[in-house]
Amino acid sequence: MMLGKLDWSAIPFDQPIPLVAAGTVGLIGLATLVWITRKGHWPYLWKEWITSVDHKRIGVMYTTLALVMLIRGFVDAIMMRTQQSIATGGAQGYLPPEHYDQLFSAHGTIMIFFGAMPFIVGLMNFVVPLQLGVRDVAFPTLNSVSFWLTAAGALLVNMSLVIGEFARTGWLPYAPLSETSYSPGVGVDYYLWAIQIAGVGTLMSGVNLVTTILKMRAPGMSYLRMPMFCWTALGSNMLIVAAFPILTATLAMLTLDRYFGFHFFTNDAGGNMMMFMNLIWAWGHPEVYILILPAFGIFSEIFSTFSGKPLFGYRSMVAATLFIVVVSFTVWLHHFFTMGAGADVNAAFGIATSVIAVGTGVKVFNWLFTMYGGRVRFPTPMLWSLAFMVVFVIGGMTGVLLAVPPADFMLHNSLFLVAHFHNVIVGGVVFGAFAGYTYWFPKAFGFRLDETWGKRAFWPSLIGFTLTFGALYVVGLEGMTRRLQHVEVEEWVPWLHVALAGVGFMLVGVVAQVIQLVVSIRNREALRDTTGDPWDGRSLEWSTASPPPHFNFAVLPDVHGEEVYWGIKQKAIESQQLAEAPAYEHIVMPRNSATGVVTAFFATAIGFALIWHIWWLAGLGFVGAYATFVVFAWRKEEEYEVPADEVREADHARRAAREAWLAQHRDEQVPA
Amino acid sequence: MTAAATAPGSHGSDPYALGRDKEGEGGGHGHGQATGRGEGGPASKRIVVGYGFWIYLLSDIIMFSAFFAAYSVLAKQTAGGPTGAEIFGRGRVAIETGCLLLSSYTCGLASLAAARKEAKATLAWLLATGLLGFAFLAIEVQEFASLIGEGAGPQRSAFLSGFFALVGLHGLHVGVGLLWLGTMMAQIWSRGFRPEVERRLLCFNLFWHALDIVWVGVFSIVYLLGTIG
Repeated sequence: MMLGKLDWSAIPFDQPIPLVAAGTVGLIGLATLVWITRKGHWPYLWKEWITSVDHKRIGVMYTTLALVMLIRGFVDAIMMRTQQSIATGGAQGYLPPEHYDQLFSAHGTIMIFFGAMPFIVGLMNFVVPLQLGVRDVAFPTLNSVSFWLTAAGALLVNMSLVIGEFARTGWLPYAPLSETSYSPGVGVDYYLWAIQIAGVGTLMSGVNLVTTILKMRAPGMSYLRMPMFCWTALGSNMLIVAAFPILTATLAMLTLDRYFGFHFFTNDAGGNMMMFMNLIWAWGHPEVYILILPAFGIFSEIFSTFSGKPLFGYRSMVAATLFIVVVSFTVWLHHFFTMGAGADVNAAFGIATSVIAVGTGVKVFNWLFTMYGGRVRFPTPMLWSLAFMVVFVIGGMTGVLLAVPPADFMLHNSLFLVAHFHNVIVGGVVFGAFAGYTYWFPKAFGFRLDETWGKRAFWPSLIGFTLTFGALYVVGLEGMTRRLQHVEVEEWVPWLHVALAGVGFMLVGVVAQVIQLVVSIRNREALRDTTGDPWDGRSLEWSTASPPPHFNFAVLPDVHGEEVYWGIKQKAIESQQLAEAPAYEHIVMPRNSATGVVTAFFATAIGFALIWHIWWLAGLGFVGAYATFVVFAWRKEEEYEVPADEVREADHARRAAREAWLAQHRDEQVPA
Repeated sequence: MTAAATAPGSHGSDPYALGRDKEGEGGGHGHGQATGRGEGGPASKRIVVGYGFWIYLLSDIIMFSAFFAAYSVLAKQTAGGPTGAEIFGRGRVAIETGCLLLSSYTCGLASLAAARKEAKATLAWLLATGLLGFAFLAIEVQEFASLIGEGAGPQRSAFLSGFFALVGLHGLHVGVGLLWLGTMMAQIWSRGFRPEVERRLLCFNLFWHALDIVWVGVFSIVYLLGTIG
């Protein structure tokens, strides 16, 4: 067979929902492509974005991918909430069980791997080199490869919507349900290859950022002068390097089981399905800290900036971050207290789980004390941060409750658990991502986001979030288990309607967020950030223009203390002049490279071929990937020079803007 | 760091009195820059590449450790099939190990020749490394083939699944390493010792030695413990 298992029966002609959804997405995609072609944007896109190895561009592309995937995942969420609200008593709702199962699996997979992760990685990519005062990450081309592999994974997951099916096993394909005997279709295979490909991208990105933070910092930027976001990014990426290989290994074992009849997790021949739980959560629990630590960093930057004060307890923040990094590897068993490991084992992991909350507690108090006595401003990023602090404390407390094994025996697998992890992941990671998005948007594009629409996006989101997950906490306590396609107990239904109403509010928030973007782009001249420092920031990313030149800094900053840029600004106000213009020199920058997008093309082909058992295509894909590697290795010129004159010109424009800023601060007294 | 004391006036506002070395004064692998602690600015490309590759290798070793863990969990789950003691041949493994350890030695000699910029010697030692690696792989493939022939393939029991996956993963690494090695030899042949080729050679050396370390683990945990028990 030329096409392996693939034939026309893979297209769900009998199921209107995925067909219409895929048709709509396909039409929008096609329309976009036609528009780009007719407007002649391809050369621009190819040169400035697709083949770009600039960390800022790659960061923006990661974030864009994340925003699109968050909307896809949110559509899944709306469908699930609607189904549970109407499928009660005699009514079966509009989603048959096999479709509903794919939906919650896709929702979790997309939200974690292709929504939250790219958002966080994108922000780290964009911000970290700027905050460290350097020109790019350690391995710019590898960075492009990482992004495009993530995009390839996202593409594969979305292809499953209309070609074949997606996994029905939940966002983590628990064995033995995910073994061939119980999941013979291609759904789990889509999951495996999409996550493997994206996971390699994430691992490479982790290696890249760890190396960047540890080896590429501006002169004088010692560890204890790094902004908090760099510290949390370091923690997060160290966790990626340490945890993602476990995911790769675990999924590889499941792949061997499914493709070659191995017995890692099977029922028979000595396989051990609980080993799957242990391995997957040995990655899975650090994963939640991979997501939340950078969000903690974002909040730290925002609380400090908008309180006009240095971050309170900086060193204790660093210690708390590293404490969480280490302890995050000692709590995984709390995901399956009911496995039967015994009271002693459960107690040890329960205590470790409670202890890890101490690190977060330290952080919450530090943020409170940062605001205490400050001149606090409340623009949109600050609103997301304040909301985070309130809802995250609640989510943290329900987490500590679940950490108690006897309580967990009651609440395991219930909607209480679902409410808990949405409480911390939406309230922590997603709020953090939106806070970071509104905070750094002016830096990326040179104009601020509209404040009015920002607030109109914020309030409905917060209200909807509270309603939805508040209601799910309640039905969870009443005993409702997760992943129900049909609700038998009438008493739960009103609460499910409340949850649905909450989703409605969140939809308003999402729409407002889209409008905010459109309105801001239209009014960009009025919202223009001419100074490069729209929020009166304290770290180095605000010292360069908005958007920064592709080389970031005309000369590498000279760091003489914590909060570098704040110090520079205070000094300028004190002496009423900017520092002398430096001697400009030419700058060497990495060239664009198509390696990333070509690699991802072959990776997608390999993934698709392996899912459908099209062996010749897989072989071709591997040959293509190797050829790409050889071409990359043989390229003659990896770098180009930016002439000193161009650097001087760019910096003169920036200095003129800073002179104007200084003129506004002529008579200011600098507090001693 | 004593630079703060020797550079008067320049660090008056520096609360941690770190200062930084001027280029050429610092320590750090003899590259004239004290990097890594922030004093000297971004590290040199050679250090960044080597360091990044170390981080990657650590992640690779973690992946191996997951397979080691899985093998250890499943080692007694023979499901009525053969045990390690029945199928492992110590003699064969001894030859395999000899090949691989010797290839690490020749790999080291290749890097010494590269440091002296002797292209022919470098290529010769790399060729020796590749041949030894190939011999290792050939013995492994032969072992796998004979086991499968005897009905002791990975589908037979969880123990054999763990064994084939762990040893096979190492073998896959050796195979990819050989492909890399061949590509790099072609590059040295056609390009000579350009800085980026030297950096790749450095990374390959790290990779090859790391595979040796992993093999020591495989040898001890799989073959030695397996034949004792």
